[in-house]
Amino acid sequence: MLRARLRLFLLMLLAVCATDALAQEVAIPSPVPPQEQQGKIQATQQPVTPIPPLTEEDRAAAFPGLGGHPAHDKKVFSFVLFDQLEWRTGGETETVNWDMTGWIGGDVHRLWFRTEGETDEKRLHEGEAQLLYGRAFSRWWDFVAGVRQDIRPDPARSWAAIGIQGLAPHFFEVRATAYVGASWRTQARFEAEYEMLITNRLILQPRVEFNLSGKSDPERSIGSGLTSAEEGLRLRYEFRREFAPYVGISWNQKFGGTADFARAEGEATRATRFTVGIRAWF
Amino acid sequence: MKSQNRTALSRRTFVRGLALGGAAASLGFAPASIWAQRNSLREPTSTLSGTNFELTIDETTVNFTGASRKAITVNHSLPAPTLRWKQGDTVTLRVSNMTSEDTSIHWHGILLPANMDGVPGLSFHGISPGDSYLYRFTVKQAGTYWYHSHSAFQEQRGLYGALVIDPAERPPFQYDREHVVLLSDWTDEDPGRVLAKLKKQSDYYNFNQRTLGTLFSDIRNKGFGTTLSDRLMWGGMRMRPTDLADVSGYTYTYLMNGTGPNGNWTGIFNKGERVLLRFINGSSMTYFDVRIPGMKMTVVAADGQYVHPVTVDEFRIAVAETFDVIVEPSGQDAYTIFAQSMDRTGYAAGSLATRAGLKADIPKLDSRQLLTMADMGHGGNGTDPHASHNVPPAAVDPHDGHNIPSAAPQDSHAGHNVSSSSMQSHPFSEKGNPLVDSQAMAPTARLDDPGVGLRHNGRKVLTYKDLKSFFEDPDGREPERTFELHLTGHMEKFAWSFDGTKFSNADPLVLEYGERVRIVLVNDTMMTHPIHLHGMWSDIEDDSGAFHLRKHTVDMPPGTKRAYRVRADALGRWAYHCHLLLHMEAGMMREVRVIE
Repeated sequence: MLRARLRLFLLMLLAVCATDALAQEVAIPSPVPPQEQQGKIQATQQPVTPIPPLTEEDRAAAFPGLGGHPAHDKKVFSFVLFDQLEWRTGGETETVNWDMTGWIGGDVHRLWFRTEGETDEKRLHEGEAQLLYGRAFSRWWDFVAGVRQDIRPDPARSWAAIGIQGLAPHFFEVRATAYVGASWRTQARFEAEYEMLITNRLILQPRVEFNLSGKSDPERSIGSGLTSAEEGLRLRYEFRREFAPYVGISWNQKFGGTADFARAEGEATRATRFTVGIRAWF
Repeated sequence: MKSQNRTALSRRTFVRGLALGGAAASLGFAPASIWAQRNSLREPTSTLSGTNFELTIDETTVNFTGASRKAITVNHSLPAPTLRWKQGDTVTLRVSNMTSEDTSIHWHGILLPANMDGVPGLSFHGISPGDSYLYRFTVKQAGTYWYHSHSAFQEQRGLYGALVIDPAERPPFQYDREHVVLLSDWTDEDPGRVLAKLKKQSDYYNFNQRTLGTLFSDIRNKGFGTTLSDRLMWGGMRMRPTDLADVSGYTYTYLMNGTGPNGNWTGIFNKGERVLLRFINGSSMTYFDVRIPGMKMTVVAADGQYVHPVTVDEFRIAVAETFDVIVEPSGQDAYTIFAQSMDRTGYAAGSLATRAGLKADIPKLDSRQLLTMADMGHGGNGTDPHASHNVPPAAVDPHDGHNIPSAAPQDSHAGHNVSSSSMQSHPFSEKGNPLVDSQAMAPTARLDDPGVGLRHNGRKVLTYKDLKSFFEDPDGREPERTFELHLTGHMEKFAWSFDGTKFSNADPLVLEYGERVRIVLVNDTMMTHPIHLHGMWSDIEDDSGAFHLRKHTVDMPPGTKRAYRVRADALGRWAYHCHLLLHMEAGMMREVRVIE
């Protein structure tokens, strides 16, 4: 039931985001640009305190040959966030999963990277990385475009990526990305998460992720349409902002053709797993 | 008029001033004693007076928190030595740089030639390691000021000190004794790291955000509907009403004259004396709310300039402001000077006492207040904290309401009617700008507003309306031109600017020598900004547009629109910026160029 709610909530959220991303804050230009507001009245008034006449000394002191104040407002910053670095158990498998994102750049232009995957002690089940150029195009939304490389499952696939990400009303963090690969394969992924402050350090993070595929990819056991969903609830404690261990629960489900592939391979189509991990950034 | 104590102090430091002044010619002198004491802090801060000063900037080991850190100091003192000048004197200050980085000293609020103002790149080249710079200018004004580095983050690392200028003529008030009370914030963190953290997570230092607990208590106390609409309003804007300060007591130790609250800095008084306290906020990021429980304070000067005396229980001091207050201790041997940070995450405190070692109780921090919709410039009565809850959610949607065309074009005289609450227009550069996360819809001057956290607290709190310059408008002319500038920012990105344009992308504001202009500031952000123009006064106008108060730093609370006059009587290139250090560093700065 919780999952159904999360899902409904995601759909509502997407609708809100779409309208928000389209809405532009409206600036009413000042009726007259400031410089032209002069309407220079000939100064009939004389100042009570006279303006001192300028001397050559004043002029020399006023404009020494200088290049201007060194600005620090274009400094490049960077951010690396391990949103999930966790051990998952439940069903038959125990895995280690990661979901990491980060950026380097300024306030408007940034180079983003994302990687996520799953491994057990034997092998890497899933693994992918994305490198994206991001540009803030409105108050809360960034446009992103770049590449995605899947390492697992076999065979590896490469994709071109395009999407938007940002902060929806009420502080929902949202990412929506579309991917185009060889043979005009297409995929799409919607992700949203929220941070609910139980206290200022104890934070509950619900998260949802939906994957879609344009056409079936039997080599990788992926059907077309809605392929999978992952929903999670993680409760973390921020000992420092940068370091927070958590416990959580994660639901995965496969749909449609993807579920059929799984059943044919004798795999479960849905799994509920408990997780313990660390959220960290620097 | 002045105490023996001060006279004695003056005499001693005068002698020292002479000695150092004499040594100015030979660089060989100063290092002998300085090397011996390298890295050890000299306490307490000394006062240097006279006309010749030798100031050496160096690294010094300090320990305010239990951990040792390197501070940037002047003559191994934090705060830097109090400099005592006399109005009309020509002062000479040789500033030597013993550190391994470029440095500078800016004389805050002082009228002087542009090449003496101490802003690297605008006034001079800065002072390279091992180099020195000779400042020399005639002191035109009197009062309480301060000085600080204008290079990188050195101000946060300890390079600031008090500046006291004795007037050529007797002041319009009397006192028997005086103390400088210099408030500041100290962090053990590298300030560059603080900025980097804020760029990654802008609420990093705010551990007083609303939680599930406050949601339930609000529902209990205010009802479900009110609470829900309140949460929807703030959430819809993607803003936090708890955003009172970017950097908090989580990392800051608040200092009074370089002493933490436990150190109990003490200013001595004798019974029956009138004591002049020269309050200076030398913080990088912290506003303080100051009071002395059990004692009224009479404010007699603001930013060094005399005002009509006004007696209050408490005042908020913006970063870089100074207030001179007179107190008359009676009935108690000890009083606490209590300066709580605006976000209530800590305080600086010290004592006024008849002898060292005495102290009074330190009050509890006031409860934290939330920003209101009025604070956000969304209309409503700014002085009523409850008014916000009556604003229907639709009125505060950031996308709503801006579509209404603005009023008829303003001529230069109508433009200063800042008390009007009509729909605010915004510069074109803010439109679709990812560095602008909010816009004030109906900002007003609110000169009579004590500010968030001080309204209706049962104490008489100073406001700008209470502060009236002791003199008539020294210029007398109506401004010929009006410039409207908006204070803009993006909280989540920790990006700050004027009109949505950061300093490095902005053209200078060009003024003609001798002209008088009006600057109208509109605060589109939810933070409060102390705006400082170098080299010239900022003469704040009252609600009717008349000369009201002479300042060097104008406090701009969120959602305000305030106007001031500037007489462009200083040729050259001047810095104009928010005095919250990290806001300036992030781009909330302009160059003002006064040309012929």
